[in-house]
Amino acid sequence: MTDPAIDCSHLTHRYGEFTAVDDLNLTVQAGETMGLLGPNGAGKTSVVRVLTTLTPVQDGTVRIFGLDARRDTMDIRHNIGYVPQQLSIEAALTGRQNVDLFARLYDVPRKQRRARVDEALDAMQLFDVADALAGTYSGGMVRRLELAQALVNRPALLLLDEPTVGLDPIARDGVWSQVADMQQEYGMTVLLTTHYMEEADALCDRVALMHHGVLQTVGTPTELKAGLVSEAAPEPSLEDVFRHYAGSDLSEDGTRRGLKEIRSSRRVARRVG
Amino acid sequence: MSVDGAIHIELVRAPHGLRRVGCLLRRMGAFGLVELQKLTHDRTELFTRMVQPALWLLIFGTTFSRLHVIDTGGVPYLAFLAPGIIAQSALFVSIFYGIQIVWDRDAGILAKLMVTPAPPAALITGKSFAAGVRSVAQVVGVLVLAYLMGIHLTFNPLRILAAMAVVVLGSAFFACLSMTLAGLVRNRDRLMGIGQAITMPLFFASNALYPVDVMPPWLRTLSAVNPLSYEVNALRALLLGTPGNTLLDVTVLVVAAVLGVLVASALLRRLVR
Repeated sequence: MTDPAIDCSHLTHRYGEFTAVDDLNLTVQAGETMGLLGPNGAGKTSVVRVLTTLTPVQDGTVRIFGLDARRDTMDIRHNIGYVPQQLSIEAALTGRQNVDLFARLYDVPRKQRRARVDEALDAMQLFDVADALAGTYSGGMVRRLELAQALVNRPALLLLDEPTVGLDPIARDGVWSQVADMQQEYGMTVLLTTHYMEEADALCDRVALMHHGVLQTVGTPTELKAGLVSEAAPEPSLEDVFRHYAGSDLSEDGTRRGLKEIRSSRRVARRVG
Repeated sequence: MSVDGAIHIELVRAPHGLRRVGCLLRRMGAFGLVELQKLTHDRTELFTRMVQPALWLLIFGTTFSRLHVIDTGGVPYLAFLAPGIIAQSALFVSIFYGIQIVWDRDAGILAKLMVTPAPPAALITGKSFAAGVRSVAQVVGVLVLAYLMGIHLTFNPLRILAAMAVVVLGSAFFACLSMTLAGLVRNRDRLMGIGQAITMPLFFASNALYPVDVMPPWLRTLSAVNPLSYEVNALRALLLGTPGNTLLDVTVLVVAAVLGVLVASALLRRLVR
């Protein structure tokens, strides 16, 4: 039997006194698309950072395809692709050079490198602008370039941390359709975090909802919506599910984190023009 | 996108043994290449950075050479000064590399790179190499200016190449020092202040402007532990033919650069936590 793509058991992560992730148990099967939802400060990004091995596991266990995130960090890194929340490309390099760097870092063999870079750029519809400086790209193009970087090693697990934040609806649709195409072509497992409920509803096989670092519920969008059917709300949306579990409160910490994210995004936006 | 039965995943394993060394070297090369690519897209920096060393040679050097107050052991003051100015301009290039890495952290680039299979040492070495390459451009500029001013520096291409290698080593150390400070203070503004605070003391506590013999004893002690002095010694021996222990100077620079890479690499992960 294939190991689950992600298996978190009693994962707890703290920043000093603050518990960002509290006793998380979550399993994602290989080939599945899982949405991790929750308001700002819910702990989604902390979970993603642990899964990417960027942050060490403090308490609990995390296994990626059976590999231990404490012990087998390098093996895990060879098999994942990661797109962080911020628009993070080298604006002073061309699109092709940005992707080529990742192909080199992931040991894509020299003979295949050019073809794999072109393939990733083509899949993200950036082939025609591949030799332009990435600093001249629009926000949507930058996101697609980041996806090309994350996909050039054909990862078994793709981790997307709010990849469509700050993008207009057309750019968002573009990003998701590329992800869906690549997921179908390579059978990748995808874990994504997003604030857009309609996206999670349309794209995810299952969603997990976090609030204050605690996993509130997991299930298919249909199951979660069905659980909220009532006379007053005969056809609840995933957004209703989100509101049901997250409520409308924003803790002081959540607000502070939200502002930090906005400041960070503005800095990056200035940098990439 | 639903999951039907077991999906066979072929995991890529991290290289072991000697293959790890080869991969590490390739990744260092990849980071070095990226820095060169950035330079080719914007060469203005190379020219603007030449202004300061030119002013030091043209104004400070010319004026002090007329005063005849510094005993340089029979070497004309301008010739004595030129290698010091090369080392100084390389120091000024390198000492702000920490700010660049904090900038990469803020832009999310560092996090993305840190979840690739590239170890921190590869990233740090690549950045250090880039600082060296930028500094080599300064060597060429100062040499051309020195020849135009009639300063008698060597024309021997092998000695010039060796001088460039010395500058690369010195720059690598100071870039690592800057990235080490970045790992400690983790804040761009604070780092900028520290960079400015240490640059001039490093410069004045070296033999770049005056020989060690004219220094007060306490400054001589500082100069003896300042890698910039060893860099200047080696440059004077190579470009002017002044007697010196070039082997010792180069050994100190190699050891300093290796230690710098190790310490900066160990602290790099602190930046993204």
